[in-house]
Amino acid sequence: MSAVVGSTPLRQEREWNIGWADVGPFLALLALLLIGFVINPDFLSATNLGNVITRSAFIAIIAVGATFVISSGGLDLSVGSMAAFITGITIMFMNSMAPEWGLAAIPAGMVVAIVVGTACGLMNGLIVTVGKIEPFIATLGTMGIFRALITYMSDGGTIPIDRSLREAYRPVYFGTVAGVPLPILISIAVAAVASFALYKMKYGRKCAAVGANEDVARYSGISIIKTRTIAYAIQGACVAIAAICYVPRLGAATPTTGVLWELQVITAVVIGGTALRGGKGHVWGTVAGAVILELIANLMVLSDFVSEYLVAGVQGVIIIIAMLIQRFSK
Amino acid sequence: MSAVLSFPRERGEPANGDRQEPWPVLRAEEMSKDYGPVTVLSDVSLDVLSGEIHAVIGENGAGKSTFMRLLSGYAEPTAGTLTVAGQQVSFSKPEHAQQAGIVLVHQEILLADGLTVAENLFLGRELMRNGMVDDRAMRRLATEKLTELGCKVSPNALVRNIALADRQLVQIARALLDDYKVVIFDEPTAVLTGDEVERLLGIILQLKEQGAAVLYISHRLDEVQRLADKVSVLRDGRLVGTYPAAGLTQMDMARLMVGRDLAALYPEKRNTVPGEVSLKVNGLSVPGYAKDISFTAAKGEILGFAGMIGAGRTEVFEGIMGLRAANGSVTLNGKPIDIRSPRAAMDAGIGYLTEDRKGKGLLLQERLAPNLTLSSLARFHPGLMMRRGREKAALLDAVDEYDIRLKTLGVKAGQLSGGNQQKLLLAKVLMTTPSLVVIDEPTRGIDIANKAQIYAFIHRLVGEGKTCIVISSEMQELIGICDRILVMREGRITGEVMGDKMTEHEIALLATSDVTTTDRQGGTT
Repeated sequence: MSAVVGSTPLRQEREWNIGWADVGPFLALLALLLIGFVINPDFLSATNLGNVITRSAFIAIIAVGATFVISSGGLDLSVGSMAAFITGITIMFMNSMAPEWGLAAIPAGMVVAIVVGTACGLMNGLIVTVGKIEPFIATLGTMGIFRALITYMSDGGTIPIDRSLREAYRPVYFGTVAGVPLPILISIAVAAVASFALYKMKYGRKCAAVGANEDVARYSGISIIKTRTIAYAIQGACVAIAAICYVPRLGAATPTTGVLWELQVITAVVIGGTALRGGKGHVWGTVAGAVILELIANLMVLSDFVSEYLVAGVQGVIIIIAMLIQRFSK
Repeated sequence: MSAVLSFPRERGEPANGDRQEPWPVLRAEEMSKDYGPVTVLSDVSLDVLSGEIHAVIGENGAGKSTFMRLLSGYAEPTAGTLTVAGQQVSFSKPEHAQQAGIVLVHQEILLADGLTVAENLFLGRELMRNGMVDDRAMRRLATEKLTELGCKVSPNALVRNIALADRQLVQIARALLDDYKVVIFDEPTAVLTGDEVERLLGIILQLKEQGAAVLYISHRLDEVQRLADKVSVLRDGRLVGTYPAAGLTQMDMARLMVGRDLAALYPEKRNTVPGEVSLKVNGLSVPGYAKDISFTAAKGEILGFAGMIGAGRTEVFEGIMGLRAANGSVTLNGKPIDIRSPRAAMDAGIGYLTEDRKGKGLLLQERLAPNLTLSSLARFHPGLMMRRGREKAALLDAVDEYDIRLKTLGVKAGQLSGGNQQKLLLAKVLMTTPSLVVIDEPTRGIDIANKAQIYAFIHRLVGEGKTCIVISSEMQELIGICDRILVMREGRITGEVMGDKMTEHEIALLATSDVTTTDRQGGTT
């Protein structure tokens, strides 16, 4: 209806419309914690929760990057293989530098990881934007490439980290600061930087505009190619950060590292409230989503009702329920 | 006129030829529709007689579409009754309305692109034979039906490959496959031009001739005047009245729709001498759409671009804006412009308002402030962080300056009416501080009050020394506001009209016929 009263002064309230997409994931997280407590009081113990959230850190960090890609209307299936590939490269670099540089090989390796990750993401981005290939197909291709490379590099076996570096590198995954495990702090830092970029910087606006309606963005003078390519590069950097945290956990890269992470990552983003077709991204929702996935797995292990072999099935059910809620709360 | 369209008769009705007294085929009594607390239609009663064309007119948002949705089963009335051929009916889905003999010809073309004409005609009601789809019978019937309508497309042609006007006819044929007593046309000529409109109006008159009751929704008052026997006017969801069309002028209709006397729709003609040349386009071609386009526009000038839909007008300016592949030389105020990037064109001072407001102009799911600043983010937010305060202040200014009517600042762009969306889009484009503003279909889908405002804004812009180019399919609009009009046909500029020569006749001639006399040629001055 066009008839809106113009003479009445504008009402200023309700400028913050808070919708399901904003609070839904956190309510779900809360509900899950309550259910967990009812099933097994040990569930809420600091040790258990700390372990669970630490384990969810890899997926959370990668998923924060995926929030950029998905928000801008893209998709990246290669993240799991990319994580394995970066882990392999990093370990190989550190091992070869360790005799000369000693412990300095560790930070150098981290830099290498970030550079390689960003480059991998950039490559994905350019294939999608400049090459104009569907994101699904483009990253399906690079997913195969990265997986093949890590298998080749490890000769089908494992690439273990050098003994001399192992102890010094351990704290990156196992260490704590003021009692909080380091991976959790790193996740929070990554999410904080990401939410700054997405909500406080121009880039976030462009990202959401490109994802919500490519034509409107183009007609507004926003470069689709630049915006989307940057999103993929950010994704690559996030995969690298996750890989850096992952190295000390097993102390090795194998051809099965990061298998099926892409599915968990996409699930985390979607149950976090970001629409898969693009638009506004929800960084903290994504983090909550990653934690929810790990909590469910943990809950199933702690309880005797459902076999833990069904974890992936339950996660599948969760993503479908999340999509249904998004659909019907419109 | 021979009865080529078969109008199904009720049993017991007199055979064709015995002219029967017109009888009310459709009777709506006190029909209302609420959506939650909002009443969009209240107490509308009207009769549609057999053999009558009954036009329903009203501004956008007056309730026309809602009324049609009630009649054709797409929505259920909150109150009121509907009688078809003496029997009270109520529809909970469109199929029920069809069974009762009410068919609706939609405004938009709703056909499956990848299927053939015949497949589309029978989609969802395929003819069967021995448990299999009977393609041959369907093709035969399709050919029959289309020939009746004067449509020559093959039933085997893919809908994707046939002209827009033919698609419209296929859609009408599809509607008329049912047994119908009442045919509703919802803005059927919106996508058609010239001859196509004539052909359609002929078909509608034929339907009337054969005794069908026709409801005709349109905002083109000239068509209504030519076609209708009766005119019902809706305003703010209420029926203002039903009048015999004979005694009604277009001005009367407009007055009834708006509810008050219209101040002059167009601002007074200005008698200014255009200033120095600002835009100069030379030998521009947009592959597949336009060729060899050269023209200039001056500071303080309103230059119109007329032509049929598909003449290439929009594409020329999308080419200049770098939104489409194009080559040629474009200079603005003496500086050459890189026509490969929209950003470069904007930074050079060209602003372009797309004709597709909802699809390409605004983020409908976003709030107003992000929409307003989307083209000028760098200007609003220098440095790392966004300045939301600045943005909000700009929005308040824009709401004030362009008279954007809204309930709260927190609404989303999609919740604004068409007219207010257009004003927001105008404000958004002007945020880039252009010296040339190109407005494509400035008043499409906008009600009369907002139209007048948009025209006033355009005048104000050129008053400030900007150049304004208006692309429009409404010739009256161009004549009403432009200083000079260039006419395009099939990707070329076929002529220029100004002064006394700015008449619909002259423009239509240039837009449709092959003749391009030398004195009209070009547009390069």
